[in-house]
Amino acid sequence: MHNKSLRELAQGLGNNDFSSVELTQYFLDRIEANKDINAFITVDRDTSLQQAAEADKLLAAGNSGVLTGIPLAHKDIFCTDGLRTSCGSQMLDNFIAPYNATVIQKFRQAGSVTLGKTNMDEFAMGSSNETSFYGSVLNPWDKDRVPGGSSGGSAAAVAAQLAPAATGTDTGGSIRQPASFCGLTGLKPSYGRVSRYGMIAFASSLDQAGPMTRSAEDAAIMLQTMSGFDERDSTSMDVPVPDYSADLEKDLQGLKIGMPIEFFNTDLDSEIASITIGALREYEKMGAELVEISLPNSHLSVPCYYVLAPAEASSNLSRFDGVRYGYRTAEFEDLLDMYKKTRAEGFGEEVKRRIMIGTYALSAGYYDAYYLKAQKIRRLISDDFTRAFDQCDVIAGPTAPGTAFRFGEKTDDPVAMYLNDIYTISVNLAGLPGMSLPAGMDSQNLPVGLQLIGQYFDESKLLNVAHRYQQVTDWHLRSPENS
Amino acid sequence: MSINNDDVEKIAHLARLAIDPAQLETYTQTLSEILDLVEQMNEVDTDGIDAMAHPRDTELRLRADAVTEENQRDKYLKLAPASENGLFLVPKVLD
Repeated sequence: MHNKSLRELAQGLGNNDFSSVELTQYFLDRIEANKDINAFITVDRDTSLQQAAEADKLLAAGNSGVLTGIPLAHKDIFCTDGLRTSCGSQMLDNFIAPYNATVIQKFRQAGSVTLGKTNMDEFAMGSSNETSFYGSVLNPWDKDRVPGGSSGGSAAAVAAQLAPAATGTDTGGSIRQPASFCGLTGLKPSYGRVSRYGMIAFASSLDQAGPMTRSAEDAAIMLQTMSGFDERDSTSMDVPVPDYSADLEKDLQGLKIGMPIEFFNTDLDSEIASITIGALREYEKMGAELVEISLPNSHLSVPCYYVLAPAEASSNLSRFDGVRYGYRTAEFEDLLDMYKKTRAEGFGEEVKRRIMIGTYALSAGYYDAYYLKAQKIRRLISDDFTRAFDQCDVIAGPTAPGTAFRFGEKTDDPVAMYLNDIYTISVNLAGLPGMSLPAGMDSQNLPVGLQLIGQYFDESKLLNVAHRYQQVTDWHLRSPENS
Repeated sequence: MSINNDDVEKIAHLARLAIDPAQLETYTQTLSEILDLVEQMNEVDTDGIDAMAHPRDTELRLRADAVTEENQRDKYLKLAPASENGLFLVPKVLD
C-alpha cells in the first residue's frame, strides 16, 4: 500500500479493497518500525484511528472526496487542536494547540486523517533539520546524511513511505531543498495562495505552506485542498483557485523554459549541472525551447534574505515570553529576568542567532542601512523575475548547490549552511511559486532535484511541466527501498 | 568584525535574551560573520528604488470591528505557565 499514489489509494478505499482504518493502521505500523529515522515528533494513534473510523463512515455513505480516509503527515508548525504543536522547539514542547490551522482544518474537512506531526528545524530555521529540539532526522537514502530542512521530517516521512504525502512550509527553500535531498516532488505556492492562519510564523512576508509528495499528480491533489482565500490571514489573496489536475497532461510543445545564466555559472557543482542540463534536454525532446535569461541581482538574495527573515522572526518570536503559553524558566528574580531566562533556555542556538540579527537590523540607527536597504534589494530581485518572464513561461535550474550532506558538516558555519538556499531564496523574496522534482541521482546514489519557478499564481503550469517530465522519466518512482 | 561584545550584550538585552558570558565571544564572532555576508548589499545603489514589503504590493486587508470569536478563556488559560482567578500570573512588577 505504501507504493500507491493518492488517486490509487482513493480508488482502493472507494472499491473497499481496504478501509481507512486499515490504511491508517498500516502507516502507523510503518512509522513505528522506522522510528530510527526520527521523522515524527508526535504520533497519536488513537486520534488517528478515530479519524479513520469517521472517514470510513463517510466513505460508506458515499459522501467522500479524493482525500477522504487518506492518512497524511503534517509539519509540526501547523496548529492542531488538542495535539501538541512544538515547532521543533523546547519553547513549545508542552504546547497543545487550542485550534486548528486553516490548512489542517481544510484537510480535516476533506476527510483526511492526521497521521502525526513531523520533525523540523526549530521554528523552521535551518536547512538540515539539525536545529530541532527533538534531534536530527535521518535521510532515508543514507542515514549518515541530513534530509534537508526545515521540512526535513515531512521529507523523510514521505521518502521512507511512512506517509503517502505530507505538508511542509517554505520561507527560503524549506520545502524544495528537503524535497531535492529526499527525492520528492515539493511545491511552494505563490505568496498568498495558501492561508498562513495557525501556521506558526517565522517570516510573515515569505512563509508559504505547500505539499511534499511523490509525484506532481499527488501535489496537485494536495494543493487543491490547501489553497484558497482565508479571511483569517490578512495576506491571503482573494483570487480564484483553478482545478490543478485539469492541465497536468497539457502538451509542452513550444513551452519556453528560461535558464538563468547566473545559476549555471562555474560555481555550480559539475554533477548537479550535468543532471540539471540532462533534465532540460528531456524537455527539449518534448518540444520545449530553452532560452537563456538573466537574473542579475540573484547573488544578493541570500544577503537580502538574512536581513528580512531574521527581522521578521525577531518580531514574530517576541510573543514567546513565558507568560501565556509554552516554556517558563524555573527560577527568576523579576519580570525582565523571567523573560530573558525563559527565552535563553527555551530557544536553541540558531533561533537565538537569528533573533539577534533581526533585532540588530531593526534597532534605532540601523533600520535604514539594513531593513530598508534589504526591502529595496528585494524589489530589484523581484523585477529581475518580471523581466525574465517576458522571455519565457517557466524558469528552470538546480534546487540546491549539492546533494544531502553529512551530519555536522555545516553546523559550525552558519553562513555555509545559509548558502544551501542560494537558488531557492529569491523565489520567496519575489513571492513566486517554485517546485523541486527528482531529476537524477549523483555518483553516491543521492537524489538531485530540478527546480521550476513559475509566474505569480501559475502553480498549474508548474504542475503540468513537472507531470510531463514524470511521464517520461522514473526518478520520482525510486525509493530508498527499491533503488 | 562588524560588531563587538558590547554590541552583542546590548542586542541581547533588546531581544530579551540572557547570554552566558562564556559564550559572548562566540556570538560576537558568528553574528559578525552573518553581518559581513549581509554587507554585500552595499555594493548596490538603491537610490530611488521603492521598498518592497509584500510581493504583490497589496495593502493589508482590514476587517469589520465585529466579535467573531467565542470566549474560550479557560481553554487558553490552561496553556499558561501560571494563572489565577482567570488571569495570567507574572512576577511582581510594582512594589
